[in-house]
Amino acid sequence: MSNKIIPWKNGIKDGIPIALGYFAVSFTFGIVAKKAGLTPFQAVFMSGANLTSAGQFGALALIGTSATYLEMALTQLVINLRYCLMSCSLSQKLEVGTGWPHRFLVAFGVTDEIFGVSVCKEGKLNPFYNYGLMSVSISGWMLGTFCGVVSGEILPARIISALSVALYGMFIAVIIPPAKGNKLLTGIIISSMLLSLLFAQLPILSQISQGFKIIILTVAIAGIAALLFPVKEAAHEG
Amino acid sequence: MRGNIYLYILVMAGVTYLIRLIPLIFMRKEIRNVYLKSFLYYVPYVTLAVMTFPAILSATANLWSALAGFGTALILAYRGGSLFKVSIIACLAVYIFELMVWG
Repeated sequence: MSNKIIPWKNGIKDGIPIALGYFAVSFTFGIVAKKAGLTPFQAVFMSGANLTSAGQFGALALIGTSATYLEMALTQLVINLRYCLMSCSLSQKLEVGTGWPHRFLVAFGVTDEIFGVSVCKEGKLNPFYNYGLMSVSISGWMLGTFCGVVSGEILPARIISALSVALYGMFIAVIIPPAKGNKLLTGIIISSMLLSLLFAQLPILSQISQGFKIIILTVAIAGIAALLFPVKEAAHEG
Repeated sequence: MRGNIYLYILVMAGVTYLIRLIPLIFMRKEIRNVYLKSFLYYVPYVTLAVMTFPAILSATANLWSALAGFGTALILAYRGGSLFKVSIIACLAVYIFELMVWG
């Protein structure tokens, strides 16, 4: 029992910052959804079924232009393709014998944030930890959407501003500790940030969407790092 | 609005779910290939670093409050603070910084 309840509780605890960050983002989503003509139920349903901020904002734009269902499918594929890379990485964190139901459920919660937090846990991943993360963060995502649609007013700018760093703060808390005293990881993190900055600033590169930028840089940097610095068995667990 | 809103939602949810599900269903064995294994090991660090920077700098109302939040998060994370602690204190840093500078 305790190998289910304890990871679940840990997941809930680690999921609180995700939920706060999600609340701020989905609140804004709710406002935009209302303007696009969605009812509160439709907006909350979209949030609960999709869990993808860029994908959902993109969808609102498409619905506004009466796009075809094929266009909708392709847009989501392009915007959300990075999740595929994340699921590949996550697949190696699960025990080999992890059953189908767990794989189906864990897959539903592969977002940037839930992936980031769960994949960097030490050792193998207990699906119940993911369920803990998912239960609070999905609630935050749906609740924020609901409040945004119903109130239709922007939260005080200062609150949005403060909550907006919650997700980034969490990413930093995930990647910095393992990099401490590890020159290789430190180097990889710094190069990733610098190249990301370069992509944001350079004229042609800055036209690339955020989703594709993440894919291109991840494949390139992790690809080169794996070539130059293959990881030994023991390091993989840490 | 021409299309049915619920069909739109189901189409997008279906595509997004499949993207997430397929690797978890097909990659059920442990990868032995050292190159692929190393690649997947580095993926989260690169992805999260790319997503964080420079996006964090434009997340708040102002570059300076963003830097305050970024700096706070870096220091706390380096000292081994929990996800919750780092994240909340970074938010507070932004809030207090904006309150002090702009009232």
